[in-house]
Amino acid sequence: MPGGPPKLESMRAMFSAMDRAERIQALIDVADGFRPVPEAIAARPYPGERRVPHCESEAFVFAVPRDDGTLKFHFAVENPQGISAMAAAVILDKTCSGAPLDLVESIDPDVMYDIFGRELSMGKNMGLTSLVNMVRAEAARHRR
Amino acid sequence: MTRIEDRGYAHPELLVSTGWVAEHLDDPGIRLVESNEDPLLYPSGHIPGAVEVDWTRDLNQAVVRDYLDRDGFQALARRIGITPQTTVVFYGDKNNWWATYALWVFRLFGHTAAKIMDGGRLKWSNEGRELTREVSAYPSTGYAAPERDDATDRVFRDGVLAHIAAKRALVDVRSPEEYSGARLHMPDYPNEGALRGGHIPGAKSVPWARAINPADGTFKTAEELRRIYLGEAGLAPTDDVVAYCRIGERSSHTWFVLKFLLGFERVRNYDGSWTEWGNLVGVPIEK
Repeated sequence: MPGGPPKLESMRAMFSAMDRAERIQALIDVADGFRPVPEAIAARPYPGERRVPHCESEAFVFAVPRDDGTLKFHFAVENPQGISAMAAAVILDKTCSGAPLDLVESIDPDVMYDIFGRELSMGKNMGLTSLVNMVRAEAARHRR
Repeated sequence: MTRIEDRGYAHPELLVSTGWVAEHLDDPGIRLVESNEDPLLYPSGHIPGAVEVDWTRDLNQAVVRDYLDRDGFQALARRIGITPQTTVVFYGDKNNWWATYALWVFRLFGHTAAKIMDGGRLKWSNEGRELTREVSAYPSTGYAAPERDDATDRVFRDGVLAHIAAKRALVDVRSPEEYSGARLHMPDYPNEGALRGGHIPGAKSVPWARAINPADGTFKTAEELRRIYLGEAGLAPTDDVVAYCRIGERSSHTWFVLKFLLGFERVRNYDGSWTEWGNLVGVPIEK
């Protein structure tokens, strides 16, 4: 069900074409670029309603409206071992921040299956899918 | 946390501390093996010298729902450069959930020189100890393994049926909601399609993570564990116990606790677990 922001679909196609080893290395490189939400936007303890359900890495999502009507997404990942969540957060920030909200809302919830690969454990996939769904929900909320 | 040797375990030699591992990083008789649920963790940083054993790719067969056969285990052992005399120290994420699973599989092939690093990956990391992204490779060995022993530490569904008929002890290590049948999967995990919810008749509910100190992921003392498994669950070290969960991973953790930390005489892991039992035709359940 493609239809999300073009940058995200490009990234999805790129990761889908990688073999397992390439994908893992690429995701680790992406995760290295993770920067948590600035304190000016949100400070610990982060509000519970910002927490991503089902995510064991204790991820939080923050959306800040921009003048052009789009959103800037920020994330926090409290578990230092939450490498997958960090990588997903970086990808969502790079591809959804500044994207039209209708496209963000229409992201395929299964996009993380293609980016992380089908061998990713069920628990991880569920957490990452919840992260996507929270970004989608933020877009939907700000469209109204 | 008290020292491992002061915790009253039946077999303290099966556990090593992070400090012990740090002192043995260059010991050629030791092989560190990291086993995680998250495949990104090992390549993002692991204990120097450690190799990875992945539970899906390395321990399970791709087509048949089963573990490695002898040839597969030999190939794995040779690849990670161990001999039957090498002491393998497992550690990993999720409070060593996957580490105990890997240790259990290694013991199916008679590799008893195997230990767990208490506290796992998180404790090592939280102590600020070194992690590296350099993947270690070791010369291949001529490891010769025996046939897999499916009788000592493993049990199949027919064995579980006989176990129930004999009114022997079972431990359901899943969440209380899965045990009661209120849900078909563990919290925060997807539904894997078990047709029925509940538990195997007669099973006692002791979620696996109760054996762990949440603060640092180390195992509780023997006295604390006895309060849980003997006091609350009513088990006895002389019992013949079967542990199960969803696919046998969480229950391998409880298998380790009962067999090695509390010294139970006979503990077997039913790896078919609820993904099999909850779908089987003609077997009873309780809610």
